[in-house]
Amino acid sequence: MRDVAVVGFAQRQMKEFDGSPTCVELLVPLFKECYEQTGWTRKDIGFWCSGSSDYLAGRSFSFVQAVDAIGVTPPVNESHVEMDLAWAMYEAWIKIQTGEVDTALVYAFRKSSAGVLRRTLALQLEPYMMTPLWPDTVSLAGLQARAGLDAGAWDEAAMAEVVNRSLTDAEKNEYAIRKGGSSVEELLARPMYADPLRKHDCAPVTDGAAAIVLAAGDRARDVRERPAWITGLSHYIDPMSMGTRDLTRSPSAAAAAKAAGTDGVEVAELHAPFSHQELILRRELGLGADVAINPSGGALASNPMFSSGGIRVGEAARKIWSGDAATTLGHATSGPALQQNLVCVLADAPNSKVGA
Amino acid sequence: MAKQPAAVIGIGQTHHRAKREDVSMAGLCREAMDRALEDAGMTLDEIDAIVVGKAPDLFEGVMMPELFLAEALGAAGKPLLRVHTAGSVGGSTAIVAASLVQSGVHKKVLTVAYEKQSESNAMWALSVPVPFNMPVHAGAGGYFAPHVRSYIRRSGAPTHVGAIVAAKDRNNALKNPYAHLHNEGTTVESVMASQMLWDPIRYDETCPSSDGACALVIAAEDVAAASPNPAWIHGTIMRSEATSGAERDQVNPQASRDAAAALWKQAGITSPIDEIDAAEIYVPFSWFEPMWLESLGFAEEGAGWKLTESGATALDGRMPVNCSGGVLSSNPIGASGMLRFGEAALQVRGLAGEHQVDGARKALGHAYGGGSQFFAMWVVGSEKPTN
Repeated sequence: MRDVAVVGFAQRQMKEFDGSPTCVELLVPLFKECYEQTGWTRKDIGFWCSGSSDYLAGRSFSFVQAVDAIGVTPPVNESHVEMDLAWAMYEAWIKIQTGEVDTALVYAFRKSSAGVLRRTLALQLEPYMMTPLWPDTVSLAGLQARAGLDAGAWDEAAMAEVVNRSLTDAEKNEYAIRKGGSSVEELLARPMYADPLRKHDCAPVTDGAAAIVLAAGDRARDVRERPAWITGLSHYIDPMSMGTRDLTRSPSAAAAAKAAGTDGVEVAELHAPFSHQELILRRELGLGADVAINPSGGALASNPMFSSGGIRVGEAARKIWSGDAATTLGHATSGPALQQNLVCVLADAPNSKVGA
Repeated sequence: MAKQPAAVIGIGQTHHRAKREDVSMAGLCREAMDRALEDAGMTLDEIDAIVVGKAPDLFEGVMMPELFLAEALGAAGKPLLRVHTAGSVGGSTAIVAASLVQSGVHKKVLTVAYEKQSESNAMWALSVPVPFNMPVHAGAGGYFAPHVRSYIRRSGAPTHVGAIVAAKDRNNALKNPYAHLHNEGTTVESVMASQMLWDPIRYDETCPSSDGACALVIAAEDVAAASPNPAWIHGTIMRSEATSGAERDQVNPQASRDAAAALWKQAGITSPIDEIDAAEIYVPFSWFEPMWLESLGFAEEGAGWKLTESGATALDGRMPVNCSGGVLSSNPIGASGMLRFGEAALQVRGLAGEHQVDGARKALGHAYGGGSQFFAMWVVGSEKPTN
């Protein structure tokens, strides 16, 4: 396996992006930031890969216009996944592993505010029997939270603690669109939104985009003193059917963590769009009480669809670059109730146990 | 660092039809997957990872359908990727699946691409009014017809060349039991007599709308060694160009020319027409055969139509193109590119049945998408690559 590191990261998160759903206007300055961080130009990028969804743009082939943000000539080695940025990064990491390229810039974007997100996401469900009932994302997460409460896997106070810590930490994140902690008591006194979820238990609808730069070996060392080396990168998926899986668990998250190897992780950025999902993930990823969770505020502070998972990896990389930590973890999720999960472990030194 | 060798050891496809009302989306995919697994002599349990490809989600009306399909596709408990790169997606998906093996990360990867156009309406899906854009409502035919007219003007091609392509591909399809259209008795004259849709493209020169799927099993060197007839991957390439750009040449796009040049270099091919024994080229409208023959370097610029007119692209010709009947005979959009890649692999494995090119040893699979701006190609061979 080649040693590959995260060497660039740029993001934009906002409540409502006042621009077109294609988000090209958001991407151009993001790429510029990546070039500034790396000292590269467009010609240094060996491979491009993006993540987005046509359903959030309300049109087919919506990613096509985003390629305009890269520029016209020469044509580029490029791909697109209908998935979160973290999986676009995975495809790029694979491309670098084949030896075909040494560098990649991956990006993702979406304007969730253009529609009613929780309702749009109901179109992700099994179309013949489930979607006709229009079970929305928040309601499905509510069922998951209730299942855990009933099973005694967590209680409402634990959920509120997650929220309080996240929104307190978010005060230091310029991109957070919801911030400001209070107390567990005060949070629990707030009204129900989708019982047992209160509004603060659910990620806010967020617009945004993000980009990550990967480089292999010496290309990475040339860019940064402390590249964030990818020492583990793995992803798995569970069946969707809500009736047949144990909603209090996430086997795919556990499998990804096992394959990536989470020993020594000091900081973990978890993509948990609902407070109770952080509790599930901490258990499945085997993260002890000594691991700092979501210092950025996490998805409860802002959650731009299709970028949010990748942003977790970017935030984890920044902790390596800055010297704040030697081993960090970024996690991404997709699908209802933590169906699909990716774990990326980053460290200040490369190793060769990467794979799976 | 060099890529790990990888080979296609299993290929499956559905019987493509306008409406496959007998199967769900999962059933359609499984029909192709089960054939590919049987061909590979493998069970789904042995597969390390699944890669799904399809064109826009609005074509079926399900957002990210691979999520609900995960269990039916045998992906539960495994890694699953979903690729979407416009019309080239079937090809790009095969390339992503191949890269999972070429990187050394996985040994046995199954990839499936599909479209079930009858679940929704592709014309509607392409015509949603969006803010900040003038609606064209032209469909693909209306979009590409001006490119074809421009090609005819530049090359001076006689106007019946498109009909030659259509008659050839529709007759080739009669030799392919999976093809959607089995139109007996198609001739150049009957194509010329069909309704003009988007001048100069006539009804019989357009692809159908199909329900269908294609699946491939791609394996690492040690696994492929046990296969009696692996199709070794000699080169893969993807190139994209932006939509806006005054200097874009949509008749012979730079992304296509660059991709072809890089592909031939990777595969160690110096004269494509002499070294490629069969080509499966993405030809949704007849005239794209001569256009792509030039762009890919099988003919000089302006001379692609001469190759077509001479009969060289027929099954028994010097440079057989689309022996399967091509996109003109079956077009499950998301799967169409993978069908090109898979049919190329069938040729070098000697498994193409009635539409087999005798002794084919190297073949090209090609796909394109968007407004002629996304390209995916591979070269497969009966021998392990030496480069």
